[in-house]
Amino acid sequence: MTDDVGKTGCSGCEEASEEELLARLDEVIEKYKEKPGALIPVLQMAQGIFGYLPEVALKKVAKGLGKPYSEVAGVVGFYSFFSTVPRGRNLIRVCLGTACYVRGGMQVLEALKKQLGIDVGETTEDREFSLEVARCFGACGLAPVITINDVVHHRVKPARINEVLAQYAPEAVGAGGRSE
Amino acid sequence: MPVLTVDDIKVEVPEGTSLLDACRQAGARIPTLCYLEGVQAIGACRMCLVEVEGAKTLVVSCVQPATEGMVVHTSSSRARRARRAVLELLLSEHAGDCQSCVRTADCELRSLAELLNIDEVTYQGERTSQKIDRTTPALVRDTGKCISCRRCVTVCNQVQGVGALFPQNRGFNTVIGPAFAMDLADVVCVQCGQCAAVCPVGAITENSVTEKVWEALDDPKKHVIVQTAPAIRAALGEEFGYEPGTLVTDKMVAALRRLGFDAVFDTNFTADLTIIEEGTELLTRLKKALVEDKEVALPMFTSCSPGWINYMEHYNPDMLANLSTCKSPQQMFGALAKTYYPKKLGMDPKNVVVVSVMPCTAKKFECARPEMGRDGMQDVDYVLTTRELARMVKQAGIDFRSLPEQKMDKPLGISTGAADIFAATGGVMEAALRTAYEIVTGTAFPFDNLHVTPIQGLEGVKEASVTIEETVPDWAFLKGATVNVAVAHGLANAQKVIDRIRRGEASYHFVEVMTCPGGCIGGGGQPRLTSDAVRQARIKAIYAEDEGRELRKSHENPEILALYDEYLGQPLGHLSHELLHTKYTEKDRV
Ligand code: SF4
Ligand code: SF4
Ligand code: SF4
Ligand code: FES
Repeated sequence: MTDDVGKTGCSGCEEASEEELLARLDEVIEKYKEKPGALIPVLQMAQGIFGYLPEVALKKVAKGLGKPYSEVAGVVGFYSFFSTVPRGRNLIRVCLGTACYVRGGMQVLEALKKQLGIDVGETTEDREFSLEVARCFGACGLAPVITINDVVHHRVKPARINEVLAQYAPEAVGAGGRSE
Repeated sequence: MPVLTVDDIKVEVPEGTSLLDACRQAGARIPTLCYLEGVQAIGACRMCLVEVEGAKTLVVSCVQPATEGMVVHTSSSRARRARRAVLELLLSEHAGDCQSCVRTADCELRSLAELLNIDEVTYQGERTSQKIDRTTPALVRDTGKCISCRRCVTVCNQVQGVGALFPQNRGFNTVIGPAFAMDLADVVCVQCGQCAAVCPVGAITENSVTEKVWEALDDPKKHVIVQTAPAIRAALGEEFGYEPGTLVTDKMVAALRRLGFDAVFDTNFTADLTIIEEGTELLTRLKKALVEDKEVALPMFTSCSPGWINYMEHYNPDMLANLSTCKSPQQMFGALAKTYYPKKLGMDPKNVVVVSVMPCTAKKFECARPEMGRDGMQDVDYVLTTRELARMVKQAGIDFRSLPEQKMDKPLGISTGAADIFAATGGVMEAALRTAYEIVTGTAFPFDNLHVTPIQGLEGVKEASVTIEETVPDWAFLKGATVNVAVAHGLANAQKVIDRIRRGEASYHFVEVMTCPGGCIGGGGQPRLTSDAVRQARIKAIYAEDEGRELRKSHENPEILALYDEYLGQPLGHLSHELLHTKYTEKDRV
């Protein structure tokens, strides 16, 4: 499930088995279960542990905190921060703040969707890229802006989006996309 | 106590009264949708807007406390326009068609549209996405008709403590439903139907089997018999314009005959039987604990409410041994109807079709349980709710109000007053005490008019103790013992009792639990809308039915005595075990 986690978070640690991850989650639940308002922080930590929120983790949280599963699911669905699908190795966030929006942020987003064949909130099948939208990175003068794994790319041109992606996954883009 | 002026009328209300209630007290009818008396006031739908002098914007009256000196206009043109706009917005998103909707007669949204004189919806909105979920035997959910009022969410979470439903997603994409918009059958839901009982629109209703029942009635080869639960007779009349609390037992019998049932029987018969079996089971458990010093699960919990059984299997599987092994009266009836009854009549059980009329949607689930049948047949074939029966009567063109009064058939239609009160919270316990006390002491049940008043009424958890002074020789070990009982209705209240037992704060011998608030009279399949006032009225009717009987104790039912004589042998005997008792299965909590 977690092949090649090296490129995203989890720096320095060895790959952990699902049992180990679940054991870590158990510790978190144990620590928080009597505390009021624990659901959101526990979900955040669970996502930190797994990289996303798999069903087994969510059910464990529901049972451990004595919350209905529907409520846990409702909270997960409410905050776009939470993800129930594994994120790709590279997280792309497209700014749709006012400046970026006015200067073509939507076109950049459309180009990315088309190139990657996914919608906002989704991950490519090869797990290379996840796509999200965001509001203002504070780089409005250089709009439109996207970030990939916390690296900011300025004045992105929809037509040249492939070149940007190729920096992160040359093979994936080379195989699936067409360069212009 | 604040005094305020509502539409030029001065009213004084207790501190903390909502503006909505204050306005009602002044005689103003303010439209509401999300508000549910005694259960939910959350200000979600904005239907109840009123104008308050000095306030910049209109006020949401269901969540606004009434304060001293307020001057309120409930139907100023501003308030009326705003409410109309709110309603039009709801209608513009609503994906439903009143002509073919089961709620058309009592839909709160439709009747508000009529009340607010809406003849055209000017907004052009995107419709709510429609997904119809028929995965459970109990309920059908149609998200397109949902107006997100959240009544079902509050009832499922707060009243029942189950939480199968919760808002999912966000903004316009919000749907009220199970986790991740899964099907209801794929999550833990006890099928109680309390969500369907409070839904103002056609978004949650019972999974109807009226067509299947018609088919059986139309089949000349089938001998179709019907049983009606005690709660039906105190509520069915509401569907035909009678006041809540009107008993319509005898007209109901006539209506069932008109519909073409070959015999009209009574679940009351097996309610009496339940008392004999369950009472004997309790006394046997007590004997094991007190005399034989054996490990035995106490307190014993009643087992007649199928939503409660589902709840225990999922939420307290470690206490399944505490549940009485008695099947519910519906299933005891079914088992006899497919064995004893055809044998007596010399009929092939394959040709007998058993239809139940129940106040309950969980009974639809119960009758389909694999353990509730024999030889590849289910004991109960179809369960109709009270509402479905009313629809069949109307469909058949029967003028209910002018029907003659008729009596149930023998033998499975004979019962006592103890069975009637199964319909109300505290009733099973009272019925059990009436019988157990007399068996143990050999003397008459000493309560005034046979009622154990501390366990009657709508209090969520009730308790009583009965001390046994003298006994007949068989039960001498109970001499001087005090039996502690508790009664809970609504599953959240039941869980409170369980938690107290677990913490060692209470030591009961016998606990009655009914899934629905008020007991079966407030079941998920009863006529809508069941407010506390309606519950009280139905309970009163049930006790009146009991008091009007000559026989009011289960062990006095002559047909029950004959049944043991001719067929079953002893209570808890071999045949009883095979036909009338069941077992439970541990299930997952999430
Ligand atoms: S839910 Fe009400 S408004 Fe909607 S279709 Fe049914 S009757 Fe009409
Ligand atoms: S049937 Fe009962 S448990 Fe199931 S969703 Fe409705 S209220 Fe909740
Ligand atoms: S299903 Fe019915 S009760 Fe539940 S939120 Fe929708 S409209 Fe309200
Ligand atoms: S009834 Fe007051 S906001 Fe819904």
